[in-house]
Amino acid sequence: MNTELLGVIATYALTLLIAIPLGKYISKVFKGEKTWLDFLNPVERFIFRICGINPKEEMNWKQHLKALVTINMLWFVYAFFLLIFQDKLPLNPDGNPGQTPDLAFNTAISFLVNCDLQHYSGESGLTYFTQLFVITFLQFVSAATGIAALIVLLKAFKDKTTTKLGNFWEFLVKTNTRLLLPICVVIALILAFNGTPASYAGKDTIVTMQNDTIGVSRGPAAGMIAIKHLGTNGGGWFGANSIHPLENPSYLTNMTEAVAQMIIPIAMIFALGFFIQRKKFAYVVFGVMTAGFLILLIPSMMYEINGNPAIAKMGVAQLTGAMEGKEVRFGPAATGYWSTITTVISTGSVNGFHDSTMPLTGMMQMVGMMTNAFYGGCGVGFLNYFVFVIIAVFISGLMVGRTPEFMGHKVEAKEVKIAALVALLHPFLILAGTALSSYMIAHHPTIDWATQPANWLNNPGYHGFSEMLYEYTSSAANNGSGFEGLGDNNIFWNVSTGFVLIFSRFLPILGPVAIAGILAQKKYIPESAGTLKTDTATFGIMTFAVIVILAALAFFPALVLGPIAEHFSLY
Amino acid sequence: MKKYFLPALKLTAVLVILTAGIYPLLIAGVSKLAPGKGDGVTVSHKGLVVGYANIGQQFTDDKYFQGRPSAVDYNAAGSGGSNKGPSNEDYLKVVQERIDTFLVHNPGVKKSEIPVELVTASGSGLDPHLSPAGALVQVQRIATLRGISVEKLKELVKEQTKGPLLGMFGPATVNVLQLNIALDDIK
Repeated sequence: MNTELLGVIATYALTLLIAIPLGKYISKVFKGEKTWLDFLNPVERFIFRICGINPKEEMNWKQHLKALVTINMLWFVYAFFLLIFQDKLPLNPDGNPGQTPDLAFNTAISFLVNCDLQHYSGESGLTYFTQLFVITFLQFVSAATGIAALIVLLKAFKDKTTTKLGNFWEFLVKTNTRLLLPICVVIALILAFNGTPASYAGKDTIVTMQNDTIGVSRGPAAGMIAIKHLGTNGGGWFGANSIHPLENPSYLTNMTEAVAQMIIPIAMIFALGFFIQRKKFAYVVFGVMTAGFLILLIPSMMYEINGNPAIAKMGVAQLTGAMEGKEVRFGPAATGYWSTITTVISTGSVNGFHDSTMPLTGMMQMVGMMTNAFYGGCGVGFLNYFVFVIIAVFISGLMVGRTPEFMGHKVEAKEVKIAALVALLHPFLILAGTALSSYMIAHHPTIDWATQPANWLNNPGYHGFSEMLYEYTSSAANNGSGFEGLGDNNIFWNVSTGFVLIFSRFLPILGPVAIAGILAQKKYIPESAGTLKTDTATFGIMTFAVIVILAALAFFPALVLGPIAEHFSLY
Repeated sequence: MKKYFLPALKLTAVLVILTAGIYPLLIAGVSKLAPGKGDGVTVSHKGLVVGYANIGQQFTDDKYFQGRPSAVDYNAAGSGGSNKGPSNEDYLKVVQERIDTFLVHNPGVKKSEIPVELVTASGSGLDPHLSPAGALVQVQRIATLRGISVEKLKELVKEQTKGPLLGMFGPATVNVLQLNIALDDIK
């Protein structure tokens, strides 16, 4: 067990060790300072030239959002049609069928918005062509969209008063060429050299030692698994995601993937400090996020290591903890750790099935997604946190009787309204969705649908409720993990989560960018004795309180009905 | 919006080529140098390919070490876990049955000696490993059926045990397929 704890500590330490210099590097890239990848300059110039883009053309916040929305809509249409017609396209060695329109709708949106909710299994639901040209592609560009949006926000706070916030296309391209692609090559090769398939060979058939004939699904998976983590996407090549022994063959690859999914979210916090030259503010943000992270992490690991009390009663040895849905090569400590990191940041890949974790571990996973701001996804993590900062500035301003200010700009009614709207949208979508699906199960269990609501759940009672709550939480947090027992590949779930996905992706990007853009246009007020400082521990605690109160008040009743009730039925 | 449409379209094409075309080809190319050439690492026994190194197999014969319960019967065409919740009564009954079955097939083993991974389904349904305890608890049964000494089999399990990464990180594991191949090779 000690080696397992040590493994977790080493993984987190390694994450920080990489993330801090990476943050400095990201700041340099977007400030246009010299970096060692500058040999790519001609490549980028070539890309801009053939696309008819002038990277020097500065955009204001509205133009940024228009560019962002335009290209995202384009990606949706592109992905949707490829998924439907994938059976007629090349690179389909296993002869998999096209997706139904409702599944294609859900899949296209889900990967477009960096969520990667999967209502299909990769082995049979996609072809190599769509795995690469839809899934892998969207995993790169959706991560880049989030990062580019955050860079816009950083630009807004870098200068005193400005409407010139850089060029969106440039941010998008450079995120890919300078950040995602180079690191992905390294990760993908680590995976490939440790047993993950990378070639285009189709499904293999083998005869096992006891003469069973079985199939073995393969494919060019290593590259996709790299960006799936680095871009905090999370959608797996295989159905079992990173639990699959080809997707995550060893403890070494497990550490690699766990580090990969966390480095950019953490690096972005430090990048912020370097970029707007307010390192202290970045440290406070990092401190608050880490505190929240640890509060979720420690109980999760503890419950998984201690095992299932119902099985303990049967009298077997639970030396390896709660093993249902877990793999021996990772063990309960590393799986508990992963279940927390994948839900606080918006990855949603899993190395053990969340549906089978202990009730309170499941709750911690959900709370991670409900707050969605402890580190958070690629770029969007800080955007979510920023919403809470604005609310905290406003509330503490009222409390001490000072004008609410942030980074030298007055925060006024308009900005606070946007922030409140974005903050409230999240619980609204989750709770309304769960209420709707619960209503269908309670009142129309045998309605005339292909999959009747009575057959949705894989587990009875409180846990069944948690399966639905988790699904909407995961969709709204753009996370993509699931209590996978839920029968979710049908029209109700494909469409309802599809809409939750769109709203909860784009409004939380549009909102913060708009706030930042509006603030940046305002007159700069130099700091004085009357300024409420945002880079102090006090303000950090204030932000933390806002997050806890907003999340706890909104979600506590639902959590009582699900995981908390189940906990007390078990312990 | 119109102003942004053309650059967006062209940029999409470029990024598709870069991320979905060139990048995976590059990885596939370099992976030719990796074990298994990027096709997955296979294991051979007596000149025949009998499986993939990282993918578990079903062993129903009591003469072999048996791996963990699988929700997909170890067919790696797909993958998946049971997704049963910890308080699910039907699920707990299944676990109880597995314990009972194990005790029948392994006379002399006490309930408290059965490691939990032998009675719970893995996440992938393809878990190739057991903990050392999960293999050792089956030694008595196999020794009796094969007429090999218990000591020799324990030694075999020890040989096949892979320690934590760098001796420091993560759990120790035993690959069931490799262990059974070594078992068959005992004269």
